[in-house]
Amino acid sequence: MKKLLASTAVMLALSLPALAQDYTPDPAAKAGGSITITYKDDVATLDPAIGYDWQNWSMIKSLFDGLMDYVPGTTELRPGLAESYEISPDGLTYTFKLRAGVKFHNGREMTAEDVKYSLDRVTNPATQSPGAGFFGAIAGFDAAGEGGLSGVEVVDPLTVKITLSRPDATFLHVMALNFASVVPKEAVDEAGADFGKKPVGTGAFKLAEWTLGQRLVFEKNADYWRAGVPFLDSVVFEVGQEPVVALLRLQNGEVDVPGDGIPPAKFTEVMGDPAQAARVVQGGQLHTGYITLNVGIAPFDKLEVRKAVNMAINKERITQIINGRAVPATQPLPPSMPGYTEGYAGYAYDPEGAKALLAEAGLADGFETDLYVMNTDPNPRIAQAIQQDLAAIGITANIQNLAQANVIEAGGAGTAPMIWSGGMGWIADFPDPSNFYGPILGCAGAAEGGWNWSKFCDEALDAKAIEADSMFDPAQAADRLKLWSDVYVGVMEQAPWIPVFNEERYTMKSERMGGEDALYVDPVSIPVNYDYVWVKQ
Amino acid sequence: MAAYLLRRLIQSALILLGVSFITFFLLYVLPADPVRQIAGRSATAETVENIRQQLGLDKPFIVQYARYLGGLVQGDMGRSYLQKTEVAELIWSRLPATLLLMFGAILCELVLGLTMGIIAALWRGRAVDQVLMVTSFVTVSAPQFVVSLLLLYVFAVKLGWFPIGGYGTFAHLVLPAVTLGILGSGWYSRMMRSSMIDVLRADYIRTARAKGLGRARIVLRHALPNAILPVIAMIGIDIGIFMGGIVVVESVFGWPGIGQLAWQAIQRVDIPIIMGVTLVSAFAIVLGNLLADLVAPWIDPRIKLR
Repeated sequence: MKKLLASTAVMLALSLPALAQDYTPDPAAKAGGSITITYKDDVATLDPAIGYDWQNWSMIKSLFDGLMDYVPGTTELRPGLAESYEISPDGLTYTFKLRAGVKFHNGREMTAEDVKYSLDRVTNPATQSPGAGFFGAIAGFDAAGEGGLSGVEVVDPLTVKITLSRPDATFLHVMALNFASVVPKEAVDEAGADFGKKPVGTGAFKLAEWTLGQRLVFEKNADYWRAGVPFLDSVVFEVGQEPVVALLRLQNGEVDVPGDGIPPAKFTEVMGDPAQAARVVQGGQLHTGYITLNVGIAPFDKLEVRKAVNMAINKERITQIINGRAVPATQPLPPSMPGYTEGYAGYAYDPEGAKALLAEAGLADGFETDLYVMNTDPNPRIAQAIQQDLAAIGITANIQNLAQANVIEAGGAGTAPMIWSGGMGWIADFPDPSNFYGPILGCAGAAEGGWNWSKFCDEALDAKAIEADSMFDPAQAADRLKLWSDVYVGVMEQAPWIPVFNEERYTMKSERMGGEDALYVDPVSIPVNYDYVWVKQ
Repeated sequence: MAAYLLRRLIQSALILLGVSFITFFLLYVLPADPVRQIAGRSATAETVENIRQQLGLDKPFIVQYARYLGGLVQGDMGRSYLQKTEVAELIWSRLPATLLLMFGAILCELVLGLTMGIIAALWRGRAVDQVLMVTSFVTVSAPQFVVSLLLLYVFAVKLGWFPIGGYGTFAHLVLPAVTLGILGSGWYSRMMRSSMIDVLRADYIRTARAKGLGRARIVLRHALPNAILPVIAMIGIDIGIFMGGIVVVESVFGWPGIGQLAWQAIQRVDIPIIMGVTLVSAFAIVLGNLLADLVAPWIDPRIKLR
């Protein structure tokens, strides 16, 4: 699963000057040098239309650019390949002015035709992009195919006009997703299906070497259109590295950032050593771990039962299982997400109250059910804690320990009464509350095969969600967030989920790494923002 | 001989066909949908169906299998669903590392296992025999992850004799090969011991002894070649196991072998890769066994290939 996160406010503006100020890179930064990043899993692809993994998301960010981008280390939007843009008063037309003189890695200048080609490509079903759905608001999306999107128009070589079929308050975030990256047609045509192994973009780095299953080397793009960056001459990614070994190599000075983080077994040891702990950067993460309660399967069709199991779970204890690297959750949205309801207590831990509710539902003697869980650590251990909590109020939960794909299948098919989301949990694609609703709590996601594993569908809440997402005007931003807050509180009143915790992020770096901490917990580029970090010697 | 070879080759082809059918069928009935993995979590039902059609996964089982087989006979193993790269290229790029580790590991297994087995047989029932047999029992049941990490920690991190994982030079090969050698040597030592004990009881050994031959000569010239036959067969099986991938050791030592490729493909239901690796590994087992059978008469002329 792709993991993407963020931490502050959503930005929206009618015209450029209202946007975030551009970022000033670290004045102390030195140019030159190379860093080594490790990953356990191989890099599947670097095609921005296809890549949707933990590893390749930030790699693609450094190879490609989209019309929009984020200020490094934050979730504030800033223009990328677009120099400015205008939104029509009805919120249906976005006109982007492109930067002149931006070159692809192959030397050709980027134009509006490339923007159109890239959006046509990602939405063409033949591309099989897992991100195609994000562009659903663009006019002509339903008919997308060889003919391209009717809603994307080339006005002149440096102007693109995008027409939407409905106002979409998240559209600028969508244009900042990797899926909206601009790619050169001739390079895609030449590489064909292998474009993911031979990427050509406009980004700060270009791919210099890829030895399958071993390593990738990114080399500085000397002609990068943003002045002064990147600082590093190259970034080396070594794949197939066990996290425990990556940590040993970091301690030995061979690795700069272990991409998979600090392994659970070593976390206490690292944090207990002041020298090592000083090199760990902590940050929030737009993630929620939750248990879905299938409202279509008895007895979870009863609201009292769903509330009772919500009250039965000791979330504090579960966070301890993952070394306290999380905070207990009260609602679907994580605390750093705009729209989070401050002060909402959710369902507090209260086993006695839970028993009373079960008795009210006529289940004083409890019942037997199945809890599905992905079979990689620490998820089975978390499932056991949940099992014990449920046993305390008389519920027998049989743990179904399965591979990820099988859990997703059972969830989509609606055959799983309870699922612990660990390992498949929702991490935001972009920092906006709407991203936590549609596919996982909305009616659309409740269809066969969808990601709404509770099969929860409340049409009144869906209507509110649609209303909120049509409030594209920045003047309405506060009202919009209030509306989203109402939607999520409304969800919790019906308790289709047990929100369990929100994970925190810990990035460890070598001593020689420079740059502000925010770059090491960058909400968008994980583990680090390669374009802005630097090495001391 | 030629007739024997032909028959064996036909048999091998049939075995591979069977393996491909069973694996394909198991992946077909598996309750996990590859299309959902490709389509992503925000995909609509239409997108999912569209991708299913493009990949031909909406067709009946037998059509899908026939298509796969059709590609296979033309040397086309298909493209990975998620990486979009040719499966042949993915496997090919990992083959050198896999083969190298396989040879290294089998060599270590043989050196350790045969030495232990011969010594145990010669001093059968004595303390040294018991110690060796307990040792071999411990090694075969030791967890791979722990042993790999332990060796890595001591010899690479603490002593700095070898690099901390990776691939490229002979020094990189030593630790993973020795780890696998230690872990697998127990099977060989136990087999060697019992086979050696049988041989040492044989009449021709008694004759040799009566002729006044030295002990070393008896063991190396007369007993060993006769006792080693079952070991040869076992190497054939071992080759297949190694070709199927050694996930844990590869991942601890950062060894770019086939095991990691297979493991990640299984996690994400990337069927073309799973099929490819399974077939390559089955092919290696079949080939390994065939070679073991062909080598046998050369070592023991009493064996005739018919």
